[in-house]
Order: sequence, then C-alpha cells, then structure tokens
Amino acid sequence: MLSASDLTALGLTLRLALVSTLILLVTGTPLAWWLARTRWRYKFLLEAVVALPLVLPPTVLGFYLLVVLGSRGPLGSLMEWLGGRSLAFTFSGLVIGSVIYSMPFVVQPLQNAFSAVGRRPLEVAATLGASPLDRFFTVALPLAKPGFFTAAVLGFAHTVGEFGVVLMIGGNIPGKTQVVSIALYDHVEALQYGQAYALSAILLIISFTLLVAVYALNRRFQGVQP
Amino acid sequence: MVNPFKNSNPHWAAVIFCLFLARADAEELQVAVASNFISAMGSMVVEFEAVSGHRVRVIPGSTGKHFAQIMQGAPYDVFLAADVRRPEELEKRGMVLLGSRFTYAVGKLVLWSPRPGFVDAEGAVLKGGNFRFLAIANPLHAPYGRAAREILQAMDLWGNLTGRIVRGENISQAFQYVKSGNADLGFVARSQLHDLGVASKGSQWEAPHRLYAPILQQAALLKEKVSGREFLAFIRSEAGLKIICSYGYDVPDP
Repeated sequence: MLSASDLTALGLTLRLALVSTLILLVTGTPLAWWLARTRWRYKFLLEAVVALPLVLPPTVLGFYLLVVLGSRGPLGSLMEWLGGRSLAFTFSGLVIGSVIYSMPFVVQPLQNAFSAVGRRPLEVAATLGASPLDRFFTVALPLAKPGFFTAAVLGFAHTVGEFGVVLMIGGNIPGKTQVVSIALYDHVEALQYGQAYALSAILLIISFTLLVAVYALNRRFQGVQP
Repeated sequence: MVNPFKNSNPHWAAVIFCLFLARADAEELQVAVASNFISAMGSMVVEFEAVSGHRVRVIPGSTGKHFAQIMQGAPYDVFLAADVRRPEELEKRGMVLLGSRFTYAVGKLVLWSPRPGFVDAEGAVLKGGNFRFLAIANPLHAPYGRAAREILQAMDLWGNLTGRIVRGENISQAFQYVKSGNADLGFVARSQLHDLGVASKGSQWEAPHRLYAPILQQAALLKEKVSGREFLAFIRSEAGLKIICSYGYDVPDP
C-alpha cells in the first residue's frame, strides 16, 4: 500500500518532529521558567507573541518565512552576505518553521507546570541552602515533570501534523523536505485515494496514540500528587 | 418619526435606474476557475457582466480540488479547468452537459528568472547547472508541472536535477518561489509574466512546442443554465478570445 517515497516522507516527518521538539524543550524551558516567575509589567506582550502561532494561519507564517528567508529577503541576504545559503527548501528551514509554529504547544504547558510548582518549595529549598541552579534542577524540574511530558508530546504531535508552513517553504523535494502531510496531499490531488487512505490512517493512529498517552499519564501524575 | 425618503431622492433615483438596466432574467453564475487563469477571468467577467447583465461569482482553485468538490456535489455551474483530463473524467461520469466541453486556452511554459541575463535564449542555463534551485509546479497533478517535467526529460536533465527541483503546489506557487528569490529560476506560465508586467524585467526562455505536449485547458457546463451557456459562448466569441490572447495564452485553432 505504501510506496518507498511514502516511507521516506514518514521517516523525514518523524525526524523533523524529533529535532524540533528537542530544540523547543531546550529553548522553551528557560523562557517558560522566566514567564512563570517574572513580575515584569509587560509580560503579557511576550505571552501573546508565544501564543500567536495558535491563531495565525500557518500559511501566513510560511509566507513570511519564505519572503524573509529568500535571497532578496532580510535574513536570506544576511545569510548570503555571511557566505551561507538561504534556508528555504532545506531541512534546516523546515526546523525553523516548525520551532516557531509549535512553540506555544511546548512553552504553555511548561509555563503552567512551573506556575503550579509555586514559590514555596523553592523558598524552602533556599532556606536549606540550595543555590538557585540547584533549586531549579532538583526541585522545580522534578515537580514539573508532567508538564515536560505534555509539552514534548504536544510539540511532537503538532509538528507531525504541520502542513501550511511546510507547503510554503518546503518546496516538496522527496527525501529532503517532502513530509508526510504533503505526500498525503499529493496523493489526494493526483486521485491516488488508496495511498491517501493508508497515509491518513497512519497519521490518525500516531496522533491518537500520542494524545492517549498524554491523557493517561496526566491522570497518573494527578493520582500521585498529594 | 423619520422619513426614510427624505433627503435621499438621488439615491433612490440611482437604484431605480439600475433596476431598469438590469435584465429581468439576470442570473448569478458560479464558475470554478483554475488558478492560472484567474487574471484573465477577471477581465472576462467585467466584460461579460456588462454585456449580459448576469452576475458571475468566481471560485479560484486547483483543478484537482475543484474536480473532487464537483464530484461531491459542489454548486458550480461552469468549470474552467487547467487540463483536459478532469473535464473529460467528469463527462464520463455524466456530470457535464454533453457537447459543452471545449478547449478555451492553450497554456505556454516559460523558463524565467528575475535576474537579467540569467536565462539565455536557448535554455542552456539548465544544462550549465549553475543554479541551486529550479522551481516547477508539481508534475503529479499540475498540468504546467507535467509539461515542465516533459521538457526536462526531453533535454535529458530530469534525473540529474532531482534534489534541486522544488515543486510548488500549483503554478502560482512555483512562480512565487522564483519571484521571491528562493529559487533561482523556474518554469512558469507565460500568462503569469503578462499579469504582473514582469516580462520586461529579468530573463526568459520560451520552451519550443516540440518539447512538451500542449497544455490544453478545457471548459465545461455542469448545470443547464441560460447564463452558463451565454458565458461559454462569450469565451469563444471574438471578444473572449482577444482577452485570452492578451493574457499570454494561445487560443485553439478553430
């Protein structure tokens, strides 16, 4: 049922989702930590920026990226001036798009988890002589574990399902930028409904399994907490 | 009590004048149009509405998508496709009025770059390979993409260029890739260069006809409707053909 190019697209999608999720976890953690603890007056502005991809049509983001990354765009010309190459139609370009696009799905659960930890456990740890770094790694992080799990799974699943951004900046190159949602779209357009059914079923199963895992584990975490 | 007619006499006169102009049998016509033909369609609609008094609603999109929508009972009256296959397929399934299908335009493929002097008059730039990305429409379902693939295959370059060919979802996207500078050059529709008046800038090569099967675009009537018949007749009229030519298409031999 699935052709070799479908399997390639599937592999590429999983790799893209994995890389993007890892980058988001590393960069999103300090951001979420700061957002959860700061008393900065204009914090809401930054929160709105983080949430923007939730409501922005992906094609808008993709279009901006295409224009900005292009050799006539600001970032593209900067890259070329520095001796590099434009990132459109490359895997790295897709990673940049995915990181922006899936950001709220990672940062928001983390921020909520850090907020739920509260100040008290950290203050107690401080009175016992724990350094700020120590407090973060041995108190805040373990307590926020369910949040990390949710963030990772949602970021991953959302990237797997990404379409509009990739459509705009990917260029549909098999093995390089042709992800599974694009391959599926091609099958539908070319009236290859058999392959479309098969790929759709796989995407449905992946998404459903991931969400079931999130909800099941959330329940377990809630049961454990006092 | 406010008198709604007070101070509004000129408006009412205008409305009555318009009603007088409008035909009693004016209809609203829904036309699904292939995205490559949208600009020409705009001029077509302006003239047709002025002549006939009917109202035309244009639904742009890819021919593949329109086909699927029509199969699912979309309320379109006329279908202007980007190929022959889809209208033919609809005819086989009895979803087109018999005898209404005809070729309204012949698309032309142009290798184009916004950079002056980049594309030479023989298209040798393709063989030179001095570029990073070449944009085409997706050959799987876009007729302009299929033609681009035929040209590259005829020049024996298709295999070598895989990995450097970026495929737009349709010809508009392929054009956008080139115009934004993300791809160095690309195969676009001649009509697109006409639209934007970019033909004078940059460099281009019009691929010779022998390298690809002609891109015939067919129209068909989906529902029996007076305005639909009138519109299709208008497309084939001298005025209609003139518009089509002015947007960079060839017209079918009579």
